[in-house]
Amino acid sequence: MARPTRLTWWHLLVTGLVLVVVVVGAVLLGAIDLGWQRVLGEVWAQLTGGVSPLSVQESAILWQLRMPRVVLAGLVGAGLACSGATFQGVFRNPLADPYLLGAAAGAGMVVTIMVVLAPGAGMAYLPAAAFAGALGGVALTWGLGRSAGAGTATLLLAGVAVASFLTAVQTFVQQLNTLTLQQVYGWILGGLSTSGWSQVLSVLPYLAVALVVLCSCAGLLDVLTLGDEEAASLGVRPGVVRLVVLGAASLATAAAVSASGLIGFVGIVVPHVIRLLFGASYRVVVPLSLAGGAIFLVLADIVARTALAPAELPIGVVTAFTGAPFFVLVLRRRQS
Amino acid sequence: MTALRLTGVTAGYRGRTVVRDVTVDVPAGSWLAIIGPNGAGKSTLLKAVAGLVPATGDVLVGSKSVAALGNRERARVLGYAPQTPSLPEGLTVTDYVLLGRTPHLGPLGRESRSDLDLVAGALARLDLADLAHRPLRTLSGGERQRAVLARVLAQQAGVLLLDEPTTGLDIGHAQALLELVDQLRRADGTTVVSTLHDLTLAAQYPDRVLLLDGGDVAAAGTPAQVLTADRLSRHYGASVTVLTAPDGSLVVAPRRD
Repeated sequence: MARPTRLTWWHLLVTGLVLVVVVVGAVLLGAIDLGWQRVLGEVWAQLTGGVSPLSVQESAILWQLRMPRVVLAGLVGAGLACSGATFQGVFRNPLADPYLLGAAAGAGMVVTIMVVLAPGAGMAYLPAAAFAGALGGVALTWGLGRSAGAGTATLLLAGVAVASFLTAVQTFVQQLNTLTLQQVYGWILGGLSTSGWSQVLSVLPYLAVALVVLCSCAGLLDVLTLGDEEAASLGVRPGVVRLVVLGAASLATAAAVSASGLIGFVGIVVPHVIRLLFGASYRVVVPLSLAGGAIFLVLADIVARTALAPAELPIGVVTAFTGAPFFVLVLRRRQS
Repeated sequence: MTALRLTGVTAGYRGRTVVRDVTVDVPAGSWLAIIGPNGAGKSTLLKAVAGLVPATGDVLVGSKSVAALGNRERARVLGYAPQTPSLPEGLTVTDYVLLGRTPHLGPLGRESRSDLDLVAGALARLDLADLAHRPLRTLSGGERQRAVLARVLAQQAGVLLLDEPTTGLDIGHAQALLELVDQLRRADGTTVVSTLHDLTLAAQYPDRVLLLDGGDVAAAGTPAQVLTADRLSRHYGASVTVLTAPDGSLVVAPRRD
């Protein structure tokens, strides 16, 4: 019997175990050492209603600072990596990333305008503004692409045009208001330092819906890699599949951007590592990118929190630091 | 019994008509080759039959009109291989051939054991079983064409539409591939419609030939009826000699005047 590349219990077990280990490590590591036995005691106390070995402040650090931050890092990483894998499938381009259709540029422009217009009050509204900006950028690209003709190449070019335009507007607004440069760049470099459960809950519904849709459509992404004509000859409607998966991927990207700013390379690095390890079928690449993205970003956040503790590195710097050399490797491998 | 019937089929792109008013019957289990000079509309006609370009007129598969079929239902009766198929380089041969089962899978796209058995059968028939787990990028040109044919076979359609299946193959591999198509259609009773550029191959493998020129049907019939030196010279603008080999098969050879 022919054995196709498919997700197995072995894949789920290994990635699940690694994720648990990384999450536990991320909860234990930080500027203040809580001690693993005491953290374990705290968790046991929460479960049984007993007395916790942690002080009230330490308990707050664990449950109100580290936990939501780790969960958010996992969610954002899963969303970005899954979206990246999807974009690479739809555009049949290994270097496609989740920001390709103007999500980053749209979010960046709206956040910049918010920071400039309301420098004091803006911070609280930045996630919502970034979410709206990201979706607005993608909608603009989609509208422009549709008006110029069907096909992925047109959509890609529309994305380039929209991103260039929105970035130009952002740069112009920044130049007029140089005092806000630091705040804008702080957001652009990405970070999870202000994470709380409210942020987790605000992005969870969007990410959950988007990731379920993307994992369900993974098999159709394999069909799309044959091109529109062959996909249609196999009974698939490529335009509809593209609309659904790019819509879901953009929703996941917008939710991720709203929670953490612009974190680069996760969407490229993780799917490629998954391909190298487990094969190129999107039935494996999409769900394992979800787990791999979560693992990668939780690890990156540990580095961001601890490398210069008590100061923090922007997480985008950490992902770019590991992602940029990998990006070059992918290019070289593709050329060879 | 007629497997495929085209009645007054006219097709093209964005208001530009490429083929006009094609009417032809293809009996079940037979092989029809569509030939013609560059730009005659061969590939467009094949795509029109497959429902991939806008067309008027009627295409019947058995007793069903293709226009009335849903996308998946159409893909179950018509298998199509384009002239230059996309072969995702990282996919394994098995994963690629399994894509041929797409129109038969349920809403969640999960293949059954019988789907996997069918794929294994297609791989074995095309001598690809040993390459089943190899990525497509590692295959030679001939192996790739066989993989494409295996994918179309896995589709289990009664009519195969093959657009220039010998593109990029040397004469030995081209002959081997067409022999394979011939064996498969004789064994399964599958109907084959293919475009062919090489007129000698078009003279030797199909049962019938349809000559297109400028989008119109210029001639239709058996290879011996259609492939005459005068007609080919007229429609291709070429000097050719049509020879009969000792075994009775036709050979179309270019001639320098």
